[in-house]
Amino acid sequence: MTTNTRTIEIEVLRYNPSKDEHPYYQTYQVPCQEEWVVLDAVNYIKDNLDRTLSYRWSCHMAVCGSCGMMVNGKPTLSCHSFIRDMPDKIRIEPLENFPVARDLIVDMDSFVTKLTSVKPYIVPAEKLDEPRSYTQLPSQLKKFKQYTQCINCLLCYSACPQVSMVEDFIGPAALALAHRYNQDSRDVGRSAREDVVHSNAGIWECSFVGACSDVCPKNVDPAAAIQQTKIAATGDFFKGFLMPWTTTNKKVTLEVE
Amino acid sequence: MLSQLDYDVVIVGAGGAGLRAAIEIAEQSPDTKIALISKVYPMRSHTVAAEGGAAGVAKDEDSLEHHFNDTVAGGDWLCDQDAVEYFVETAPKELTRMENWGCPWSRTEDGKPAVRPFGGMKVERTWYAADKTGFHMLHTLFQTSLKFPSIERYDEYFSTDIIAEDGQVYGVTAIDMRSGDVRFFRAKSVVICTGGAGRVFPFTTNGAIKTGDGMAMAYRAGVPLKDMEFVQYHPTGLPGTGILITEGSRGEGGLLKNKDGYRYLQDYDLGPPDPWPRKKAMELGPRDRLSQAFWQEQQKGNTVETTFGDAVHLDLRHLGEAKIMERLPMVRELAMSYMSVDPVHEPIPVRPVVHYTMGGIDTDIEAATPVAGLYAAGECACVSINGANRLGSNSLTELLVFGARAGKNAALFAMDCEQPASEAKIQALAQQAIDRVNALYDKKGTESIPGLRDEMNDIMEKGAGIYRQKDLLEQAFNDLRELKKRYENIELQDHSKVYNTDLVQAVELGAMIDVARAMVISALSREESRGSHQRLDFEQRDDKQFLCHSLATYRGQDDPELSYRDVVITKSQPAERVYGGDV
Repeated sequence: MTTNTRTIEIEVLRYNPSKDEHPYYQTYQVPCQEEWVVLDAVNYIKDNLDRTLSYRWSCHMAVCGSCGMMVNGKPTLSCHSFIRDMPDKIRIEPLENFPVARDLIVDMDSFVTKLTSVKPYIVPAEKLDEPRSYTQLPSQLKKFKQYTQCINCLLCYSACPQVSMVEDFIGPAALALAHRYNQDSRDVGRSAREDVVHSNAGIWECSFVGACSDVCPKNVDPAAAIQQTKIAATGDFFKGFLMPWTTTNKKVTLEVE
Repeated sequence: MLSQLDYDVVIVGAGGAGLRAAIEIAEQSPDTKIALISKVYPMRSHTVAAEGGAAGVAKDEDSLEHHFNDTVAGGDWLCDQDAVEYFVETAPKELTRMENWGCPWSRTEDGKPAVRPFGGMKVERTWYAADKTGFHMLHTLFQTSLKFPSIERYDEYFSTDIIAEDGQVYGVTAIDMRSGDVRFFRAKSVVICTGGAGRVFPFTTNGAIKTGDGMAMAYRAGVPLKDMEFVQYHPTGLPGTGILITEGSRGEGGLLKNKDGYRYLQDYDLGPPDPWPRKKAMELGPRDRLSQAFWQEQQKGNTVETTFGDAVHLDLRHLGEAKIMERLPMVRELAMSYMSVDPVHEPIPVRPVVHYTMGGIDTDIEAATPVAGLYAAGECACVSINGANRLGSNSLTELLVFGARAGKNAALFAMDCEQPASEAKIQALAQQAIDRVNALYDKKGTESIPGLRDEMNDIMEKGAGIYRQKDLLEQAFNDLRELKKRYENIELQDHSKVYNTDLVQAVELGAMIDVARAMVISALSREESRGSHQRLDFEQRDDKQFLCHSLATYRGQDDPELSYRDVVITKSQPAERVYGGDV
């Protein structure tokens, strides 16, 4: 087995709240293979240089969403960031805009609360006694498919300037997920989500910088989801005056067995 | 002072099976108090990485009987047929329920959930959401679970022990990773849904979290581990990383070729290659046979050399960019990112990689273990519908079918059970388990955790791979016995309580060593070749002696004790497994 190895200086922000008064940087010299991802280098540190470094990871294929970190100042999935693209010195820090729990592990409770608040599940038109498939045409699926791709990696929260300024802003991933369900032909829950989605902490807080979409590793484009929600909400507002009976109706078709 | 939380049902593991179990209980009996404990946030669970799809009869020309027959033959007749009957019957209902919960299944032109062909399946019956089926199922289940206030989640709580006394379960202990506190979850029933143990091997599709914790916990609590010798190699992983390239890529028409561009599977009773496509033939043969064919080609020198070892080529070029982007977008992205290969223009180098543990916690068809009140479902369990070789796309369905069943039965048990042991006794047992964990912080020793882990990986790769033989298995078994002793001499380098991943890895390593020993002793004693368990020294299947499940029972430092139980046969007598042919 022949691979190219390059020693990279990796500077990691360390912080253990049970003993450190302040965060500090620690530097490691890591013999990296060019085929590696940044996560492999962090694993090398853990296994060979420093057992006390704490971070999250699992799938190593950019789908579980665990290993988000700031890599050279940019929110990054460390398993999807390649050594071949890296300079000889890398700085790794925990994701911005979250409290640090320890080292590269951030406290993501606030995100889970926000995600839950948008009711990210199908609100059905009728309760079925036995499961029966809804008819959903490929064109209907296409309307929301892109917004189902979010892996909850939190990179968008780390990149978003509004999240950094407004603590209770629902944020890109959760608003995109609300939009995903609103656009699903099987769902009638849009009005139930409005309280949160259209609130001051919801879509109107977004200033459309688009940083969320730039860093998204799955091309979910949360910024587009939020803009579409804004347009729909504005439409609802005026329509509500003119035709108050129309705002929440949606046709849901059940497959004929 | 014991930190105790009281629940009716505790579910350990919040992947597909654990979430499905929790939702079942919350829907059917909203007053049942549920704790859902997981060492990771639910959406990180490894269900997320499943790609190709979930099997359940959908088409008019298909039948439950076909699905049953494919599964039983695919498992080389080691499946319990009563469990398979229940599984195939319940599968379509569970997949439709996922549809109602919002799973973005790929669709036919007229808006029905679409199905694709999969290995070893006679008719297309694999429901899919492009090539991210596990991801979509997991997120759909997680998001749906947020509807139910009775599901109380304990994310990033790492379970260490099942508390049981006189054959009945009374709860689990778990480390709150954020604070380091070890707490006792007192419960009337417990469901284990902790996934497989692929990480005992060095080269695996499995994420870092798949360390067999739940298997080892149940094993130490007196439940046998069943059929542990059956470890599935997926034929198509990326060299180096082991990243999975879904069988769906062959379902969509992908071809496997050796270094001469020859479709070598025709030389291993899977041909003829034409006409193509054809179900249950060539590239749509079962995973065990395809992985074994790779090994044979490697022996013949017909494989392709890559930086990360030998490989063969998975060729998707003839599908064209449009179809690849519609059906297999993640495969393309993974190949481009991690192999610098664009499958639209070049074949993808692939090789077999450890993927799935067919064996696991011994349960009956009700998902119940021999310990009263203790249930298990999903990859950690062995019910057994997978027998000696799981068919691709049966496991995503299995975690729904048996996750729901485990949840339902655990809730019924909790409503209606005696609790004979005294609380004082139960708490004393819990305290002992907690003390054992806390003792690790100050323990002195000379062995390194990653060092022992690498040695274990090496032993398993050398001794218990695709083809096995007595002397190498014996060597592996002796080495693991030694490793288990040396594990007593580990020392943590991290002594902090907050997110101590050194501690977590130490406990995971202990679990993996126990699981590895069960795998190797079961493999050593099974002197036949069946499904994924191939012995160079016993090349034939031996139904006279081995049409039975192996059961490994934990004996601490002593060698596990092995016993056998007959396979349940209802309507399919063992026969020759036939693939390929003219069909």
